[in-house]
Amino acid sequence: MGAAVGRRRRASVDQGGCVACGCCVKVCPLSAIQVVKGITAQVDKGRCVGCGKCAKECPASVITIEEATA
Amino acid sequence: MNRTKKWYDYLWIASLTYLILGFFNILFAWLGLLCFFIPLLIAIIGGNKAYCNRYCGRGQLFTLLGGRFGLSRRRDVPRWMKSRAFRYGFLVFFFVMFFLMLWNTYLVFAGAQDLRQVVTLLWTFKLPWHWAYRGTLFHPGTAQFAFGFYSVMLTSTVLGLITMVLFKPRSWCVYCPMGTMTQLICRTRNGKV
Ligand code: SF4
Ligand code: SF4
Ligand code: SF4
Repeated sequence: MGAAVGRRRRASVDQGGCVACGCCVKVCPLSAIQVVKGITAQVDKGRCVGCGKCAKECPASVITIEEATA
Repeated sequence: MNRTKKWYDYLWIASLTYLILGFFNILFAWLGLLCFFIPLLIAIIGGNKAYCNRYCGRGQLFTLLGGRFGLSRRRDVPRWMKSRAFRYGFLVFFFVMFFLMLWNTYLVFAGAQDLRQVVTLLWTFKLPWHWAYRGTLFHPGTAQFAFGFYSVMLTSTVLGLITMVLFKPRSWCVYCPMGTMTQLICRTRNGKV
């Protein structure tokens, strides 16, 4: 997944607080976030464009949009 | 959206129908056992939360009412509500109340107590509900269980609606006992505590 140049914002999940409800998965337009093994959500940093839809939807508000360091 | 709607995206209709049916005939409440065993079986056998992630009609109902219909303030839930202490505490409380309900059902089966045709909301308020019961071919205990189980379902829906309005649409999922329990099962099963 070639990340678009200049698009450096990515979603990041505070996994300790994630309730694995999957609300984020349903709204992600790029299928960049998945609930892994029923424990926590995980972001595919290669796909995520940092649009923030998941963060808005997350009932536990554990997703933040961060400037990617790499 | 990134995907077309699947059949399971309409399960909110089943959840809504369930609540309505129970208003007319309480014995339909027995069907609610499905929302109890299906998520548990998926978590135990499949080791995932596909029930929450896909099939849960109640969650969809909150998404619809709070999201599409805008009946939600869309604020963050308070910190304590998403703490493990509260989530696990609520799970335990829910189970204690559930077993009390089973105990009352047992008493009716044993003939030690008469059938009480009420739906108990929020474990406190007794709502008359006698119109939804016109006798059963089985033991009155089966009806007592139906009244009790419907009480559980209605109470959780009402709590969910309140937190939907106050916070984000699916705030209920933060402290939903089924959600907490299936996540716990998945953690244990997939070896991450
Ligand atoms: S920020 Fe946007 S693209 Fe990234 S995971 Fe969330 S919804 Fe998907
Ligand atoms: S919406 Fe939030 S709590 Fe639910 S799975 Fe996604 S990150 Fe976790
Ligand atoms: S947490 Fe509860 S209400 Fe939310 S999707 Fe899971 S079972 Fe349904």
